[in-house]
Amino acid sequence: MSTTSAGMIFIVSLIAALVLVHRPLGDYMYRVYSTARHNAVERVVYRLLGVRTDAEQSWGVYARGVLAFSVISVLVVYGIQRLQDKLPLSVGMEPVTDHIAWNTAISFVTNTNWQAYSGESTMGHLTQMAALAVQNFVSAAVGMAVAVALVRGFARRRSGTVGNFWVDLVRGTVRILLPISFAGALVLVAGGLIQNFSGVHEITTLTGGGQAITGGPVASQEVIKELGTNGGGFYNANSAHPFENAATWTNWFEIFLILLIPFALPRTFGRMVGQLRQGYAILAVMGVIALTSVLLTNVFELSGGATVPQAAGAAMEGKEVRFGVSNSATFAAATTLTSTGAVNSFHDSYTPFGGMMTLVNMMLGEVAPGGVGSGLYGMLILAVITVFVAGLMVGRTPEYLGKRIGAREIKLASLYFLVTPVLVLAGTAFAMGSPERRASMLNGGPHGLSEILYAFTSASNNNGSAFAGLTVNTPWYDVALGLCMAFGRFLPIILVLALAGSLAAQSPVPEGAGTLPTHRPLFIGMVVGVTVILVALTFLPALALGPLAEGLS
Amino acid sequence: MERLPSWLRQHLAALRAVAVLTVLLGLAYPLVTTGVAQVLFNEHANGSIVQAGGKDVGSALIGQSFTDADGNPVRTYFQSRPSAAGDGYDPTSSGASNLGPEDVVDVLAAPGTEGKESLLTRVCARSKAIGELEGVSGARPYCTPDGVGAVLKVFPGRAVSVNQACPAVPFVAAYQGLPVECARPGEDYAAGRTVPVRGDVRAVPVPADAVTASGSGLDPHISVAYAELQAPRVARERGLPPDRVRELIGAHTTGRALGFIGEPAVNVLDLNLALDRP
Repeated sequence: MSTTSAGMIFIVSLIAALVLVHRPLGDYMYRVYSTARHNAVERVVYRLLGVRTDAEQSWGVYARGVLAFSVISVLVVYGIQRLQDKLPLSVGMEPVTDHIAWNTAISFVTNTNWQAYSGESTMGHLTQMAALAVQNFVSAAVGMAVAVALVRGFARRRSGTVGNFWVDLVRGTVRILLPISFAGALVLVAGGLIQNFSGVHEITTLTGGGQAITGGPVASQEVIKELGTNGGGFYNANSAHPFENAATWTNWFEIFLILLIPFALPRTFGRMVGQLRQGYAILAVMGVIALTSVLLTNVFELSGGATVPQAAGAAMEGKEVRFGVSNSATFAAATTLTSTGAVNSFHDSYTPFGGMMTLVNMMLGEVAPGGVGSGLYGMLILAVITVFVAGLMVGRTPEYLGKRIGAREIKLASLYFLVTPVLVLAGTAFAMGSPERRASMLNGGPHGLSEILYAFTSASNNNGSAFAGLTVNTPWYDVALGLCMAFGRFLPIILVLALAGSLAAQSPVPEGAGTLPTHRPLFIGMVVGVTVILVALTFLPALALGPLAEGLS
Repeated sequence: MERLPSWLRQHLAALRAVAVLTVLLGLAYPLVTTGVAQVLFNEHANGSIVQAGGKDVGSALIGQSFTDADGNPVRTYFQSRPSAAGDGYDPTSSGASNLGPEDVVDVLAAPGTEGKESLLTRVCARSKAIGELEGVSGARPYCTPDGVGAVLKVFPGRAVSVNQACPAVPFVAAYQGLPVECARPGEDYAAGRTVPVRGDVRAVPVPADAVTASGSGLDPHISVAYAELQAPRVARERGLPPDRVRELIGAHTTGRALGFIGEPAVNVLDLNLALDRP
C-alpha cells in the first residue's frame, strides 16, 4: 500500500472511531452534568471542600469560582516547582528558576502547556505528577464546566443561575477524565510507554558509549495530556519521544484521545438544549473545518514543497520513521485544531504551507473541534456572531435557540472574538520591535517571523505547540507569553460566563416565520464562512509576511 | 465559615479543592496506575530494557549511536539516523533540529566567528558521507559535489555560491550569464537574492530518513530502504552471506499496524544485537 493511501485510511479509521463513541460519550457527559445525584467519592470531596452542592450560582459567582481556583492553582504549581529539590522524587533536579516557574504555572493552569523548559532536565517526578499532571486534569475540567455553563444559559429560561462551579469541576474530573485516563494509561503502557518512579538508568551501548535511560510516571501523564487537550510533554521531544509514543498504533490512539471529548461535546450540547439537531449542526461545522485542515496539511507535507524536503526526498526532518509523513501531519493538524499542542513531529521544520496550516488552525480560535470545553464555547460564540450577521443581512432580530441576540449579547461575543487577535498581533509586534528579542529566532528571513508569530498565536490561543527553534526561556518571553496565556484564557471565560448569565435570564422567544433555522446546511455553511472569513481578515497580512512569503518565494 | 466575606470563602474553597484534587490526581492516580502497570506490563513499564551478555545495553525503544569514540561509524553495525538530541541520541536532551525548510544558507567560519551549517548543507554533507561509506553515489538535488547546499546569492553583475568557501570551485561557472564566485568567509551576502539550484541529479540511492534528524533525536528506527542500503557493507565486514543479513532485516522490520497505521520501520538496536548473536 502506498504511503498516501495508508495515511488516508488512517484518517478514515479515526473518523469511524469518533463516530462510534461520540454518541455514548456525549450522552454520558449529558447525564454527568445534569443529574442531581452525587456519588460516594464526590460527597467526600464536597465535604472536604466545605462547599454547598445544592446552591446554584449566578454567572458572577461562577466566574469568581473559576478565577479563585485558577489563582490558587498557579500559586501551588509555582511553589512546587520552586521547592522541588526539597520534596521527594526530585531525581536530582534543581529548583526551577523564577520566570520559567511562573510561565509554566500559568501555562498549565490555562490548559496551554507551553513549555519554556525541557522536561527531562528540569522537572522532578513529583513536579510532573503532582503539579503539572494535576493541572492537566483540572484545567480541562474547568474548560468543560465553562462550556456547560454557557449551554445552560441557552437551555434555561428566566433563570438567575448557570450551575455550581465546584460541582461541575469535580464531576468533570471524577466521572469523565479520571476513568478514561486510568484505562487509557494502561493501554499506552501495553503499547510500550513507561510508568515507574526510577531516576536515570546508565547503560553502556553496544559500541561502548554511555546512554542515560530516563524513568518516570509517563503513561499516566501522557493520557491526560491528550485527553484533556493539554499537550505538555513529560519530555522535551513530547509525543515524538518513544517513551511518550512508542508504537505506530499508540500514535493513532493518542490522536483519538485528543479528539475524543471535543467531538462528543456537541452531542452533550444538543441533549442539554433539548434539540439534538442543533448539536449536530455544530458538530458538522467542526467536522467540515477539521477534515479540510487535516487533508490540506497532509497534501502539503506529502508533496514536500520546499528546498530542503526536495533535497532530502521527503519532509522527514523532525519526523519519526515509524509515524512517517502522513500520520505526523494528521497529528499536527489534530493538535492545533484542538488546544492540545502536543507534537509527534516538529512543526518548525514543516514545509512552509504545512507549517502555515498549523498556524491557521490555531488562528481559527481552536474551535474545530477545539479544546476540551473551550472548543464548544468558542464555536457557540461564532454561531452567535453568525446569527447576528445573518440577521443584519435579512433585517430581522437575530435569535439563537430561542434566545434573542441583543446589544449586550453581541457585544460580549464580539469582545470574545477580539481578545486573541489583539494579544497575538500586539505581542508579535512588540517582540519584533527589538533586536534583542529578534535574536531569539533560530531561523532567518520570513521563517523567523513565523517562529515569533507562532509563539504568540500558540500562547494566546492556549495551544502550547511551538515553532520550537525560537529561544523562549528568557525573562521577556516568559513574562510576555505568560501574560498572553493568562489573558487569552480568562478574558474569554469571563465573557462567556457573562453571556451565559444574560442568556439564562431571558425568556425564550417563540419561533416565528422570520426565525433563521440554525440546524440546516445553510446555517452550517454560514458559520464555516464566518469563521474562515473573520480569521482571514484578521491574520492574512501577518501570514503573508511569514509562511506565505517563505512558501511562494 | 458562613461569616467570612464571600471572596475569602471562595478562595478557601479553592485552596481546599486544589489540595484534595492534588492528592487524588497527583498522588493516588499515578501510584495506582504505576502499581497496576508494573504488575501487568512490567517490561514495558520499566523502559523495555534489552540485554546482551547479561548486561543492559539499551532500550528497544530508544535509538543509539553505533559509532566509535571519535564519532566514526562502526562498520560492522547498521547505523541509526542523524540525531539532534545533545551530542546524538542523548535521552537527557531529546529534541529536533528545528531548522526550517528554507534554511539553505550557511554562515561560513571566519577568523573570530563560528560558522553555522544550514539544514540544506547538513543534508548534503550527510548524503555525501553515507554515499562514501556504502560505496554508492551520495549526490542529491540542491547539493554540490563537495557536499554542501547548492545555493547562489545573486547580485547585479555577479553571483556567489554562498556555501562554498574559497578557494573551492563553484558548482556552476555561470548563472544566467553572470560569473559565479566562491564565497569569502566573513563577507555579508544577505542582500543578494537566494537561489537554490536543483541540478540534474536523478537517482538518489541514499533515502530521506538517512539524511534528516528525527523529532525526538531518539528514533530507534530506520526505513527499510536505508537498512537495505547498509546490508552489503555489514555483510562484507562481518563475512556473512548478504542473504542472511537481508533475512535479519526482514525479521526486525515492523510493518504498518493493521496494515495502515504508521510506516514500515527497522529497529536498529534489535537488528545489531541479532547480528552479534552467534
